[in-house]
Amino acid sequence: MEAKLSKKSKREYGDNLAGFIMSSPALILLIAFLIIPIIYTVYYSFFTYQVVRPDNIKFNALNNYAKLFKDANFYVALKNTIYFTVIVVPVQCILALVLALMVSSKKKGVAVFRTLYYSPQITSMVIIAVLWTILYNSNANTGLINAFLKSIGLQPIDFLNNPKTAMNSIIFMSAWQGAGYQMMIFIAGLNAIPTEQYEAASVDGADWFAKLIYVTLPGLINTIKYVLMITLIQAMKLFTQPYIMTKGGPRNATKTLVFYIYEQGFQKGNFGYACSIATVFFIIVVTLSIVVKRISKTN
Amino acid sequence: MNNKKINKVLGNVIFYLGNIVVGLIFVSPLLWMLASSFKPELEIFSNLNSLSTFVPAHFTLQNYVEVFQRLKVFTILKNTLVYIGIVLFGDLLLGSMFGYALAKLKYRFRGISLTLVIALMSMPVEAIILPMYIEMAQIGWVNTMLGLTIPFMMNCFSIYMFYSYFISIPDELIEAAKVDGCGPIRTYFSIVMPISKTVFATVFILDFVSRWNDFMWPFLITTGEEKRTVQLAVQIFVGVSPIHYGVIMAVLTLASIPMIIMYIFMQKFYVEGIASTGIKG
Repeated sequence: MEAKLSKKSKREYGDNLAGFIMSSPALILLIAFLIIPIIYTVYYSFFTYQVVRPDNIKFNALNNYAKLFKDANFYVALKNTIYFTVIVVPVQCILALVLALMVSSKKKGVAVFRTLYYSPQITSMVIIAVLWTILYNSNANTGLINAFLKSIGLQPIDFLNNPKTAMNSIIFMSAWQGAGYQMMIFIAGLNAIPTEQYEAASVDGADWFAKLIYVTLPGLINTIKYVLMITLIQAMKLFTQPYIMTKGGPRNATKTLVFYIYEQGFQKGNFGYACSIATVFFIIVVTLSIVVKRISKTN
Repeated sequence: MNNKKINKVLGNVIFYLGNIVVGLIFVSPLLWMLASSFKPELEIFSNLNSLSTFVPAHFTLQNYVEVFQRLKVFTILKNTLVYIGIVLFGDLLLGSMFGYALAKLKYRFRGISLTLVIALMSMPVEAIILPMYIEMAQIGWVNTMLGLTIPFMMNCFSIYMFYSYFISIPDELIEAAKVDGCGPIRTYFSIVMPISKTVFATVFILDFVSRWNDFMWPFLITTGEEKRTVQLAVQIFVGVSPIHYGVIMAVLTLASIPMIIMYIFMQKFYVEGIASTGIKG
């Protein structure tokens, strides 16, 4: 009995030591490059910190935040981020679901079609953004999309240089680029629905639409929740597309929160102020992901 | 019976025709990119309003030659692969060890470590990128390979992927190893790791893809041409006048090739990897 006990405590000691050895390299990296920057983001947000004057970092309490909540540019960036998210999430997810339904069968050659729809994902957002900047060219002689619009008798659109269309153009492109990813997740979800359910529905005389409403969508509900969640969080971080395609313009029409952090911090050198924007951004995203997770866990 | 047959044929026609039409429209921007990269500059915009714009009439490799002349293509590729390699090393070795400890070892601080990992999973890196940059500047890592790679070696999402995989490994297996006198670390490397190839492949691909596509951090932390990654090189010629669209298209096409190769060879894991993240969530 005694021997057993001491053996057991020895084992636990072994677990403790091994656990410590196995987790510490990862933990050290997490602390150094994730937790410390988080703390410093919040910390610097209470300071006046200009990049050009690193000798003159001054505590200013809530001044940055007071300035932030009166800053029209901040509200524009917030509005643009919300607009992008609210539109792109349903558009991209519905597109992904439609594509997944189109290629969920096990017919010959279906992998080829899946690859086609996935191909914008295989390249990269930077590549796609550069390409579409050229495709979106306002001149029908040099922009493929406007050339197409002209050939079907429509007026050319100044996609990226008009504040009214710039964000929508980015949304359209982003949904096209991203949908393949969500499509793959939906395909897996569709394959997990038992075929008996479809057979039973067929026996009951359901057509394809009834099957979609009564079998497919209910069977897919958890996948849909998950896809909505990741797309939402991804959308909040919009930066690459406006940086490459519009530089936040025209007239701030595509300036997002992350873009504004970049602009204040790296272009204008207002580190302290940029950190206060980052802190607000961080709180929004984390709150949002907690709320979304809560909602998707209920029922 | 006959009716059923007709329905099946009709279903096939709709499936193939529908997917061919939608698929071609869907990839038409990429086809145009590919076609334009093989065209002489003057041809690219000469026939935009006809379908022939998708076929190079005067096939040329001149754009590619120019890309290789103007960019250190192999240095850029090497930088990117070293970047990804170091990050993957951290993630696959250190991250998996951490994931295993969280899943199977009863040690102090296990609970709080797990909570930390889960809480940090939804942390947007974009929000902390400023102090991260200052940190790099303070330790002199700006524009170095260390600064590019080390901060992104550990990724809570991967740790969580490993954790949730390892937790499904039966305890009996680990107990048996223990009885045979195998310590926890050796158990991990010689018993658990070899039977966990799927999760390693999944994390490998998800990580490879996300690092390959990463733009913001390489863009901020590197200043010179020497450390440039593929995603940074891709947009070099944009806005540099005179703009050579053919060269831009060639760069874009070239930059797409590595991931296409990756997709072809690892398609099975690729698809499973993406799908498995969905099922877990």
